Amino acid sequence: MDATKLKLTLGPVPYLWDGAAWRDFYFRIADCAWIDAVTLGEVVCSKRIHFIQPFIDSVTARLAEAGKEVALASMAMVTLEREALLTRRLVEASTWPIEANDLSALGRLAGKPHLIGPFVNVYNGATARILAARGATRICLGPELPLSSVAEIIRGAPGIDFEIFAFGRLPLAISARCAHARAKGHSKDNCQFVCQDDPDGLAVDTLDGQSFLTLNGVQTMSHTCQVLLAELPALRGAGVTHIRLSPQHCDMAAVAEVFARVRDGRIDATEGETRLRSIYPDVPFSKGFHHGTVGAGWVPPAPAAQQVPA
Amino acid sequence: MELICPAGTPSAFREAVDAGADAVYCGFRDETNARNFPGLNFTRDELASSIAYGKARSVQTYVALNTFMRAGAETLWYRAADDAVRLGADALIVADLALMAYVAEHHPQQRLHVSVQASASNADAINFLVRTFGAKRLVLPRVLTVADIAALAPKVACELEVFAFGGLCVMAEGRCSLSSYATGLSPNMQGVCSPASHVRYREDGTEMVSELGGYTINRFGADEPAGYPTLCKGRFHIAQNDGYAFEDPVSLDVMDHVDALRDAGVTALKIEGRQRGKAYVAEVVSRLRQALAATPEQRPALLAHLRLLSEGQRTTAGAYEKKWR
Repeated sequence: MDATKLKLTLGPVPYLWDGAAWRDFYFRIADCAWIDAVTLGEVVCSKRIHFIQPFIDSVTARLAEAGKEVALASMAMVTLEREALLTRRLVEASTWPIEANDLSALGRLAGKPHLIGPFVNVYNGATARILAARGATRICLGPELPLSSVAEIIRGAPGIDFEIFAFGRLPLAISARCAHARAKGHSKDNCQFVCQDDPDGLAVDTLDGQSFLTLNGVQTMSHTCQVLLAELPALRGAGVTHIRLSPQHCDMAAVAEVFARVRDGRIDATEGETRLRSIYPDVPFSKGFHHGTVGAGWVPPAPAAQQVPA
Repeated sequence: MELICPAGTPSAFREAVDAGADAVYCGFRDETNARNFPGLNFTRDELASSIAYGKARSVQTYVALNTFMRAGAETLWYRAADDAVRLGADALIVADLALMAYVAEHHPQQRLHVSVQASASNADAINFLVRTFGAKRLVLPRVLTVADIAALAPKVACELEVFAFGGLCVMAEGRCSLSSYATGLSPNMQGVCSPASHVRYREDGTEMVSELGGYTINRFGADEPAGYPTLCKGRFHIAQNDGYAFEDPVSLDVMDHVDALRDAGVTALKIEGRQRGKAYVAEVVSRLRQALAATPEQRPALLAHLRLLSEGQRTTAGAYEKKWR
């Protein structure tokens, strides 16, 4: 199956990075020819927004100038009135397309072309059709979905684009409580932005020393990094149009290059994985969700695993 | 305020009705509901006779169809909705947008409640669901304080139901893949969390170790009771410290806030626990019924005994209190 038509998108930085570092990261991405589209903005915690706010205009302008398709992501969880206002303002004032990550943004986007992010639950084609009818042009499916569901969803909603989470620590949960702040002796309301000390998240190990999860503010992520490289042909075969790379604290332009080269058949997936292990070392890779099994698992390549279900 | 009570079996259903429930919620014996545990839930016939038992005593029956429809297997959920309507359910509790659309289109007279699993936590999200699918009630995720709920209620065009007692989800409901990350089975897709099929206990010296999917969730000393390894209530190692990373093994109890919730405009209080036995259901429902009727001064004595039934015998008001965050 020809995977060369898969576009590479960069998802929002999930972590709290220093504002200037965040800007410089995107300036470098603007110069990375492998990336076609960039969705950015604070998705995890409204308390972080002021860190990146001063830089959003210069970053979006620079990315657009470089020919990237730019979109702004709405927050995954909206509970406070202040957050509801921020979301409303984002949807109404943005000159860039919005990626809705919560039903509140979705409700206000009816009739406007928009994107759907991985935090809106789309588990079947019927839901994707409803969203498409309301103006969604691309849906980034949640990482929990196996390929069999991905293929079935795309079959059920022809005419729109679909994006799959192919690189990065998996977003697994979000809470009203900030485990990250608590781990450092603070509460959410007086967190002192301690999550900024961990630009690639804070490790949660089991009491027997097994690497397990990662704290990122109110979000809990996997310890493993999802890597779908050998799966690119099967994803393309299922009708996937976009591959999402989720920023980790590593050279994401180099990550994008590996994905592009594997996609284009310049190197094979095994070589690509080897290169990724040197770009993003010390973090085990996983792909279990994609294969309908334990999310933390790594499924060795087998011909059967790459077949698109009928 | 109405008291909405859980039933995992027909006998628990009858106990809940007899103990003073205003409504009982339950699900079919398959993956269409979020308590898809072995030996639990209702056949079509059992639902029919339970609904009849409730109707004869003016108690409503809500049917939970609160998982997300598996792509390609949507018919299972559509048939479950059709059957629940045909059998006379007073409301369907639904999380999946497409299943809400199906109910609104095919059963426009059927009362639709939005499940907590839909994760609608603000007025815009709730009003979107009311406007689009005609939802009459919404079960709020356990992410809001009592003050947040009071601010929210006047802005939404439907009734609000809140969890008051029982299990506590630490993570926003409907948005948690922790269980499937460790076991391959999730609340959203299979209707299970931290499933017993993937639990193992092993002794290690004097300690008892509880595992989920091969991950150590807790270690208990000889003097500690070994609790069930619910993933988000385990003890983990972070930086230099060992401890409960997300939440202790506690359960939810917001009965201290019951007057504030009533004043906030909450219509119904929900008791979690479809997986609990009928004796537990009877005890909890009757005590909470008495507590609702009592004065604030009388309430603590009525509730003291109840707290002994809670998970780990410790409770929290969770996100309903700001300091929990």
